[in-house]
Amino acid sequence: MEAVPSSSRVPRAGYACRNISTSSALQNRTHVSCDIKGDVAVVRFNTPNSKVNTLSKQLSAEFTDVMNEIWANEAVKSAVLISSKPGSFIAGADLNMLEACKTAQEVTQLSQDGQKMLEKIEHSPKPVVAAISGSCLGGGLEVAIACHYRVATKDRKTVLGTPEVLLGLLPGAGGTQRLPKMVGLPAAFDMMLTGRNIRADRAKKMGLVDQLVEPLGPGVKTPEARTIEYLEEVAIGFARGLANKTVSAKRSRGLMQRLTDYAMALPFVRQQVYKTVESKVQKQTKGLYPAPLKIIEVVKTGLDQGNDAGYLIEAQSFGQLAVTKESKALMGLYHGQVHCKKNKFGTPQKEVKTLAVLGAGLMGAGIAQVSVDKGIKTILKDTTQKGLDRGQQQVYKGKVKKKSLTSFERDSILSNLMGQLDYKGFEKADMVIEAVFEDINVKHKVLKEVIPAHCIFASNTSALPISQIAAVSKRPEKVIGMHYFSPVDKMQLLEIITTDKTSQDTAASAVAVGLKQGKVVIVVKDGPGFYTTRCLGPMLSEVVRVLQEGVDPKKVDAISTAFGFPVGAATLIDEVGVDVATHVAEDLGKAFGPRFGGGSIDLFKLMVQKGFLGRKAGKGFYVYQEGVKNRSVNSGMDEILEKFRVPANPDVCSDEDIQMRLVTRFVNEAAMCLQEGILSNPVEGDIGAVFGLGFPPCLGGPFRFADSYGARQLVDKLRKYEAVYGSQFTPCQLLLDHANSPSKKFHQ
Amino acid sequence: MSFMLSSALRNLPVSSAWAAGAFTRSLSCSSPFQAAAQPKTKKTLGKTGVKNVVVVEGVRIPFLQSGTTYADLMPHDLARAALQGLLTRTSVPRDVVDYIVYGTVIQEVKTSNVAREAALGAGFSDKTPAHTVTMACISSNQAMTTGVGMIAAGQCDVVVAGGVELMSDVPIRHSRKMRKTMLTLNRAKTLGQKLSLISKIRPDYFAPELPAVAEFSTSETMGHSADRLAAAFGISRLEQDEYALRSHSLAKKAQDEGLLQDVVPFKVPGKDTVTKDNGIRPSSLEQMGKLKPAFVKPYGTVTAANSSFLTDGASAMLIMSEEKALAMGYKPKAYLRDFVYVSQDPKDQLLLGPTYATPKVLEKAGLTLSDIDVFEFHEAFAGQILANLKAMDSDWFAQNYMGRKAKVGAPPLDKFNTWGGSLSLGHPFGATGCRLVITAAHRLKKEGGQYGLVAACAAGGQVMVCALRRGQEQQGWSCWGSAILPVIQTSLRHLWLPPPPLVLSLFPGAEPDPPCLSPPVRSCAEPQGPP
Repeated sequence: MEAVPSSSRVPRAGYACRNISTSSALQNRTHVSCDIKGDVAVVRFNTPNSKVNTLSKQLSAEFTDVMNEIWANEAVKSAVLISSKPGSFIAGADLNMLEACKTAQEVTQLSQDGQKMLEKIEHSPKPVVAAISGSCLGGGLEVAIACHYRVATKDRKTVLGTPEVLLGLLPGAGGTQRLPKMVGLPAAFDMMLTGRNIRADRAKKMGLVDQLVEPLGPGVKTPEARTIEYLEEVAIGFARGLANKTVSAKRSRGLMQRLTDYAMALPFVRQQVYKTVESKVQKQTKGLYPAPLKIIEVVKTGLDQGNDAGYLIEAQSFGQLAVTKESKALMGLYHGQVHCKKNKFGTPQKEVKTLAVLGAGLMGAGIAQVSVDKGIKTILKDTTQKGLDRGQQQVYKGKVKKKSLTSFERDSILSNLMGQLDYKGFEKADMVIEAVFEDINVKHKVLKEVIPAHCIFASNTSALPISQIAAVSKRPEKVIGMHYFSPVDKMQLLEIITTDKTSQDTAASAVAVGLKQGKVVIVVKDGPGFYTTRCLGPMLSEVVRVLQEGVDPKKVDAISTAFGFPVGAATLIDEVGVDVATHVAEDLGKAFGPRFGGGSIDLFKLMVQKGFLGRKAGKGFYVYQEGVKNRSVNSGMDEILEKFRVPANPDVCSDEDIQMRLVTRFVNEAAMCLQEGILSNPVEGDIGAVFGLGFPPCLGGPFRFADSYGARQLVDKLRKYEAVYGSQFTPCQLLLDHANSPSKKFHQ
Repeated sequence: MSFMLSSALRNLPVSSAWAAGAFTRSLSCSSPFQAAAQPKTKKTLGKTGVKNVVVVEGVRIPFLQSGTTYADLMPHDLARAALQGLLTRTSVPRDVVDYIVYGTVIQEVKTSNVAREAALGAGFSDKTPAHTVTMACISSNQAMTTGVGMIAAGQCDVVVAGGVELMSDVPIRHSRKMRKTMLTLNRAKTLGQKLSLISKIRPDYFAPELPAVAEFSTSETMGHSADRLAAAFGISRLEQDEYALRSHSLAKKAQDEGLLQDVVPFKVPGKDTVTKDNGIRPSSLEQMGKLKPAFVKPYGTVTAANSSFLTDGASAMLIMSEEKALAMGYKPKAYLRDFVYVSQDPKDQLLLGPTYATPKVLEKAGLTLSDIDVFEFHEAFAGQILANLKAMDSDWFAQNYMGRKAKVGAPPLDKFNTWGGSLSLGHPFGATGCRLVITAAHRLKKEGGQYGLVAACAAGGQVMVCALRRGQEQQGWSCWGSAILPVIQTSLRHLWLPPPPLVLSLFPGAEPDPPCLSPPVRSCAEPQGPP
């Protein structure tokens, strides 16, 4: 430790200081560096060869080292923590480090190391200021809130948050203990239980940061470089002020905040809060996610029994959570999402600058909405003025709602949108996405007559095979499928479908557009129903059979949400639209034969005939009324269900059996997609199922589920149902292979 | 066009018109050599086929801090006083004036065409049309160049341009909800309808709507933007305070020495005659250092002391075609030459206009920065001026943001705003542009310089730059050689619309000195010849 030589030279602090900086340079640190500016030490995080800084073992060790030097150095009176990367303060703990741990104890140990380090910072006699620019998430936020003062750039890129819960974890470095004290119990619960990102200005209002720094424009350096330099200068000013007591770290709190704090100090009020939060969490997670409940417990322990107990249970719970299968599933999804945010086809030759969308319906307008704000000139074309007006209004509303936009920003974004009824300007379009109803003639007309040679034609069909659409094109290599999910601005998934003839460059373009639109992109091969629609088909068919067996729609919904589906299975049919479901079911039934049977398609047809088309018609399995929250079952369905009633076999009709009937058919079909090469890998299969179809995230997707549930057990279940219902449950070869060799896993 | 050409030809010996034309062309291809070889030659900066426009006189009423002596007046009162001052000083016959243009920023609703209201009250002929323009802090620059355009196009000979701002009183409106109710009330027919409308009024309807001091597009106040700009260029608080102190000290000196001849006294009804600007207050760095930041709190650097203050004031200027001025026996104070409007990003470069516009106008005029004798830049904030000086002196900035090979260079401070600036004299948004031009003209005359450059930044990230040449002294032709070229670069930060860059140049008249013309002509004709 350098502390020894420097303390032996107390009278010559300046010299000692120089000595220290020389010796630290000799250590060759790669992740953390330190400059001394007058009496302020500036600690810089910089994970090499990475866009973001992560709290890895190496970074933590170097950080601890540097801090020890600072505490030992008498010339230093205060410190500033900052990143060398403008876009990332610290984006969180290093996931690889966590995943490398074999046991809960190892993880608990990591957590305790972190806690100790941050506790030292919190109690540091020399004030420490966090200068935050870019993502400050998870462990990064915990570092920041352990400091005495926080200065953040008021930039869109600067976000603070505790996303651990989204990975099935909790803030494991004292965050659960410090956050409630800093922002109050309700806000802390909100942050930790939702994992939401908080922008800098909001963070300032919440008391999460103390000062904001506006990003700067160009000076004699680039805006980014100068802004972070300025952030450092401002933070140094505050660090100095804190050290010489001209700045107080105490925040002035508003009346409301003081009242809340006062109320939260009363044990019985706190109990009430815990209770409310707990019941809310229970309701939303159905008890399927252990992390939120642990977070509540840990916070509770800290507040009621003091810090030591709080830290202990935090570390232990962190360790326990890290080895749960839910956490593994969620981390798998995280990695999958990262994988699907990359363009594996490389950079397209020509960037899509002008996009034309055919059809201004929900889908078409949705696609336009996610394109215009990315600077893509978008032509929205419809055949009727009324339809076009509706679509334009949808885009406008989608932008107005975003409170983060100023009216000026909104206006300039909307200037990228051109609504029209004719094909004017299509000759300049780099890509046409059609989102018209499933009429192949319209698609063919556009394909043959309208688009220029360089233009890519993408279809948003959910059922028509792309090769059939491409058949009339002179340039089938320019035809591709882009299957968006409704509502487009909310659903993250984009399923891209390539035919045998689709060129690499076309695929690269489509993926690039999707990524630009902020989508998670999976690329699958052409075939009836592609991947997502095809997996959903057998499951919905099974839902119908369950209904026919006399199970109430509400009960079906309850059973499926209890399994982790975000939307109940009966409601899902209403949402999709009974007419669409009929259409798809017929098509897929033709293509795949009896495997897609189960429920009676005539039931759907009768529903369509009666006008029970689902939510859009106001009636389906349920009755939908504007402003009514608790919708009631459509009594008109009783008669229909009665008509198609089939006897139920009690052996396979327990709640668990019903869940497994739905899920095993889903998983079996997904496996078949992989087997047939529709899917190129299980990762995209999981991502597609979770982000597009609402497959329970806690299970991580059909393939992760097959791994964790066990292929053997899955096949056993299928066989059991096969005995009752026949070939619809026959397990596919790939699943059988996995069942036969236990070492085989979809995810290693 | 043919009329303009023929009239130019009629007034000039044919040969010299041709020579001047060739000369102008040669300037653009060989100006660097020429500038190096013979600095300060007799460039007139005139252009063939374009009329010369001259400033005959310019005046302003004293600029006062808002809320002081002018507080009870209306904007057209101030404008009228400036116009009357101009009439008194020039004795120009009222019916000679073809047109009046005024600039203003915050419009008084009752006098939305303040130019016309003021002109009528000032005793101009009611046959003289007038209009009002707005372009944030360069509104009066816009008024001036509008006049230049009218004269150059041959549509007018005599134009009065000016600007006015009264910050003591600004329109404060009812809320939109209240306005809507009141307007609907007008149309309500029955008592029942009226009562039902009135019954819908809620307390929040009474919340007033103040005029925004912020950019509409970014919602950022100008002071805030200035603070960020200063930070972007790393300008310290001390540097800004020092610059502000300089501005006040120089203004005080100029005022004491009687150099501010453009000021005309104004007898305010019910109050004493105002004869002097009242915002000049040289302080000390210690005192200035005590102030808290006004915009970026608590760590910003822009304070009340290093920003321009809210000001009431008006200015007016008489501009004519050169022939008309000479025919009427006026001695032009300056020739208005090239001017340029630019605009850029209203968020991060709101106040950086002068940097962009200066090299452009210099190129247009065929001059370099070292040719300029007098710089008059609008001082919105000390930090803004210093940031611009730094940007102009940065190769990096020129290459990365302006698409130029090299920096234009920073103006030397001994030629820069030496009689004070907007920080000390005040900044009535709409009126500042005319003050800059006439100050530049007076300084050229006093200091014996030839060329001046005027610049001002404006809201919306726009800038106007104007080139002036010093006016004729006594004997017409011979003195014209020493042209005054004040380039007026106004960068208005407050109230701009982005206009396309305009260039207007005036033909200065005959070149008196053949020897100085011939080398460029030759170099143009024989580009391959030995140097």
